[in-house]
Amino acid sequence: MSALMPPSDRLWWKEPIEKVELLWILLALLWAVLMFVMMPYWHVYGKQNLSSEAYKTTAEAYQKKVQAMVDQYTVRTDGARDFPVVRPPAGSDIYMLARLWDWWPVLELENGKSYRLHLSSLDWQHGFSLQPANINLQVLPGYEMVVTITPNKAGEYSVVCNEYCGIGHHRMVGRIYVTE
Amino acid sequence: MATASEFRTCPDTGLLFHKPAEKLMKINAVVAVVFLLVGGVLGLLVGLTRWPAVHLLGASDFYMVLTAHGIDVLIYWLIFFEMAVLYFCSSTLLGCRLATPRIAWLAFALMLIGAIVNNIAVFQGNSSVMFTSYVPMSADPMFYLGLIVFAVGALLGCFVFLGTLVIAKAEKTYEGSLPLVTFGALTAAIIAIFTIASGAIILIPTFLFSIGFISEIDPLMYRVIWWAFGHSSQQINMAAMVAVWYAVAAVAFGAKPLSEKVSRAAFLLYIIFLQLASAHHILVDPGVSSTWKIFNTSYAMYLAVLASMIHGLTVPGAIEASQRKRGFNKGLFEWLRKAPWGNPAFSGVFMSLVLFGFLGGISGVVMGTEQINLIIHNTIYVPGHFHATVVLGTTLAFMALTYWLVPVLFRRDLVMKGLAKWQPYIFALGMSGVAVFMMGAGTLGVPRRHWDLSFVSAAFTHNFPETAYTLLGLMGISVVLAVIGGAAFCGIIVASLLFGKRLSLTEKGETPLVAEPITSYEGVGMGKIVAPGTFVLALVFLVSFVLYYFVNWKFLAETWGIS
Repeated sequence: MSALMPPSDRLWWKEPIEKVELLWILLALLWAVLMFVMMPYWHVYGKQNLSSEAYKTTAEAYQKKVQAMVDQYTVRTDGARDFPVVRPPAGSDIYMLARLWDWWPVLELENGKSYRLHLSSLDWQHGFSLQPANINLQVLPGYEMVVTITPNKAGEYSVVCNEYCGIGHHRMVGRIYVTE
Repeated sequence: MATASEFRTCPDTGLLFHKPAEKLMKINAVVAVVFLLVGGVLGLLVGLTRWPAVHLLGASDFYMVLTAHGIDVLIYWLIFFEMAVLYFCSSTLLGCRLATPRIAWLAFALMLIGAIVNNIAVFQGNSSVMFTSYVPMSADPMFYLGLIVFAVGALLGCFVFLGTLVIAKAEKTYEGSLPLVTFGALTAAIIAIFTIASGAIILIPTFLFSIGFISEIDPLMYRVIWWAFGHSSQQINMAAMVAVWYAVAAVAFGAKPLSEKVSRAAFLLYIIFLQLASAHHILVDPGVSSTWKIFNTSYAMYLAVLASMIHGLTVPGAIEASQRKRGFNKGLFEWLRKAPWGNPAFSGVFMSLVLFGFLGGISGVVMGTEQINLIIHNTIYVPGHFHATVVLGTTLAFMALTYWLVPVLFRRDLVMKGLAKWQPYIFALGMSGVAVFMMGAGTLGVPRRHWDLSFVSAAFTHNFPETAYTLLGLMGISVVLAVIGGAAFCGIIVASLLFGKRLSLTEKGETPLVAEPITSYEGVGMGKIVAPGTFVLALVFLVSFVLYYFVNWKFLAETWGIS
């Protein structure tokens, strides 16, 4: 009987499965398991994985940390509103804050070196979208996320906000320089 | 017990309609189509603004219209339609009176009031918080209140559905197990109850936050619980869509499921595993561990994806086997070539099935992979994906079903049959363009929900590649085409309900509305395979899936090191 009516065989769970279904279920299951395994595999052998490192913080505490880095390592200013350009030593902890509607400060990094990047927001939720590398992270107020980043190409990068954050959202762009 | 005078038997399909239930189906379906119309117009405005050469709306109007577009189509169009589907699948398919029609009317009234209050809040302009309304950004209290009232109504509707199942069982209006389509609707209703509960858990405190009664809501907690509502509500749509696939296969071909056991088990996998989907939205958030992400995002080893892949085979497989049984047995694809491509109910459902799988399914699994999400999260790829699932999948399937419901439920003949033949193709072509070009632009990093890619008066600027602009232009053109297709649908349906020739309530019409059911697939197919053509198509799907999946790992491997 059709799918609009009760099964004609009341013991439908005892009917044999069609061969074509069985074959497909096996193939699909195999693929599902392979896709599942890919994620832990990439954690071991891949080079792009998020750590689970994050801390609870407050806007004041986070802003203080960012300011300390800016005070210590600013090398010049840049952009329409003279943002400090900070060049911290390779391997160090570096900070960027999100607020309505800035990414602050500008960072200058060395190609091929690793940095521990901290991200948090002082107000609403924001989206850290590093272009054209196309790395996208969610930035939440009250949470300080730490990711180790290793630039692989020198150049000028933009940080576009890709989490809607009100009327100035489309003006929220920051800068990261990567030098040789 | 209901009296016989409360029922009518449809002369074309033999279905038994409970008159109070029939009225409720009609009103829910009509209101749904009105929201589709409103949401579609808003979608046109959004599309024309994101088309860089047109850039129609100003920034604040754009964000307001985008908020309304998302809510009106994602929530109101689909859920109102699903209420009609739930009442149909319980009362009509089981030949049973609807439980408590009065409460069903109350449910409808609450849903309508909630939807209107919510829309008014958005169009007053101080609730442009998007569909997701992420805290601590806050909307007008009426925004949340409208959603909550709507949700209470929808919950009541689900209970009326469940109550009807209980009555049908008690009054023995059917024998044995529920029909497969009703089982699919039950899946949708169970997911809906989970969804609405999650919505209540997060929206009630957010409402209290918006009136200043609660001082803070943790943004991560908000995201985890909100998405248990936001993503799961799309799973209601998916379960309902699959039920509609089975229904149209049964109506157009008399198709019997290949095996009840497999299809029902696949629905069961949805119920058990789909709820984990909220994790997809938290993959690049701070504060949740990789282990949690891997387990939840893969729906525990992709078991819900497996379920969708099963339905993707069993529905066309049953169509193929029925066609073969009717004599279209030559070669691999005669069954498909000789299918009724001029019948919008069939063509709509078939395209819904294929496009949901190829465009929506594959992209969804790829971007829901823990690490690959790094290069996709919050780019315009994301709306590209869900326009493929919710619009090409669910909306197209619901449109297809509506073509069949007009004569059966409303007893009106379709008007503009020539246009109706073409409508699913126009809509599917336009919307496929929307989905594909958005995904393409997203791969190049273009952000979603963004008014101005030229970053005028920003502290810094960024130049997206020329290709991104070309893709957004093509997207704009596709939006126009899709809206023409959508408008054609609304026009045909509204005109048919108002001016279509009335069909007799007692006598059969000229065109048969339901195919003779097939009772067995004995002797069809090739060798021991009943649906070899479908199997070949499924293999094409699998190969595309594998290739696209690994291409994205390659994209990921090319970016900066992150650890």
